[in-house]
Amino acid sequence: MNFATIGHNIVKLTIKYWDKFLLTGMGYTLSLAAITVAVGAILGSLIALLRMSKFPPFRWIAGIYTEIIRGTPMLLQLYLFYFALPQLIPFLNRKQYLCVAIALVCNSAAYVSEIIRSGIQAVDIGQTEAARSLGLSQRLTMTQIILPQAVKNILPALGNEFIMIVKDTSLASTFFIGDLMTQCLLIKGTTYLTMEPLIMVAVVYFVLTFVLSKLLAVFERRLRRGDIR
Amino acid sequence: MATSDKLIQVQDLKKYYNGDQIKALDGVSVDINRGDVMVIIGPSGSGKSTFLRSLNLLEVPTSGSIIFEGTDITKKKGPDGKKLNIDLHRQKMGMVFQHFNLFPHKTILQNMTLAPIKVKGVPQAEAEAKARDLLDRVGLADRADAYPIQLSGGQKQRVAIVRALAMEPDVMLFDEPTSALDPEMVGEVLDVMKKLARQGMTMVVVTHEMGFAREVGNRVLFMDDGKILEQGSPDEIFNHPQNPRLKDFLSKVL
Repeated sequence: MNFATIGHNIVKLTIKYWDKFLLTGMGYTLSLAAITVAVGAILGSLIALLRMSKFPPFRWIAGIYTEIIRGTPMLLQLYLFYFALPQLIPFLNRKQYLCVAIALVCNSAAYVSEIIRSGIQAVDIGQTEAARSLGLSQRLTMTQIILPQAVKNILPALGNEFIMIVKDTSLASTFFIGDLMTQCLLIKGTTYLTMEPLIMVAVVYFVLTFVLSKLLAVFERRLRRGDIR
Repeated sequence: MATSDKLIQVQDLKKYYNGDQIKALDGVSVDINRGDVMVIIGPSGSGKSTFLRSLNLLEVPTSGSIIFEGTDITKKKGPDGKKLNIDLHRQKMGMVFQHFNLFPHKTILQNMTLAPIKVKGVPQAEAEAKARDLLDRVGLADRADAYPIQLSGGQKQRVAIVRALAMEPDVMLFDEPTSALDPEMVGEVLDVMKKLARQGMTMVVVTHEMGFAREVGNRVLFMDDGKILEQGSPDEIFNHPQNPRLKDFLSKVL
């Protein structure tokens, strides 16, 4: 085995399996990531609201949830959701993709809630005091003064979370969901080649996350330009 | 100006932290009359900022009462029996902070018109006209469309003052308004405050500017350890101090 052979095999495999890779695998990986980010952001915002609630039990629930999710391995969470959820909810039986998506969403929501909470709390307390001293209600203070400033703290971190999720979806291959990593395992099984499919998906993952991070950088720069600070 | 017209009556105000370990305010009682320019002096940690911030309930006192325009704003319910809405009372108490606290994501004009438009429902054109007029009076008419970061410290504080004035408050609270300024900018802010005092605005000022206290104040309060140790006219406080702690304090700052 030498580099020339590996290179040759990669080209051959790519030509033969490109539709499996690029279309099926990327489709599953990106759709899973998109669902996770979208639903995770909504759920994460709700948890962040609970976390900052005036009602202590809400704070406790949100805090415990976040700590448990952050304190246990993601792979374990996937196993739990994959095997336990269909037993609790018969509807989810044999719906592997949905189970994995729910697991990823629940995981991401905990991290997103922390991003939002810290983004809001990073806004100087003086801003709240100034707004309240002018007679603005708590709600107006939040929507007019705090959130517009918090968004600038939140969005970059949320972008990083998105990139993390794209990579984390590879764990779903444990259950052969059909994502890029699953395709890699399938090719490996069909061809008895190990290194080549691994390198191929590595390249695809890298291109995906690299393009995403560059897009986010452009977005961030535009965000900063709008702000004449 | 009727000096007997009480605007704010503070009665036995206490603010304790950690149970009663730290007594930031330990029974403060004072009447603030309409037209008063009350200057509060004292060493740092004496409770003067806590007292000022209690007046509009940015600090919630442990006990005692603050009767503002006839309503005890420390109570949960107003005199009409309904839930007391502190926002309504805060609209009538302008506040100026040591660190300006302008809203960085809004222009100077937006900083000034936000509360009048959103809280009082003033039409935008009217609010903007008033804001421009106020800016003109403090010599910043040309900075209306600038963002706070583009202003100097002194300019920011002048904007903060007129931002509070845009709500047409009955009293202005100043929390060490010149302490965060470069020395050469202190004068421009004090000038605005002097002008305001001359126009008859009721003001409560926490400051280390003894010159301002002497020249502009009609009443001076000396606080230490959460208590008012001495109060009187500037002449009484600065030229004939009685309390040994006040004498000691003045010997250090004058």
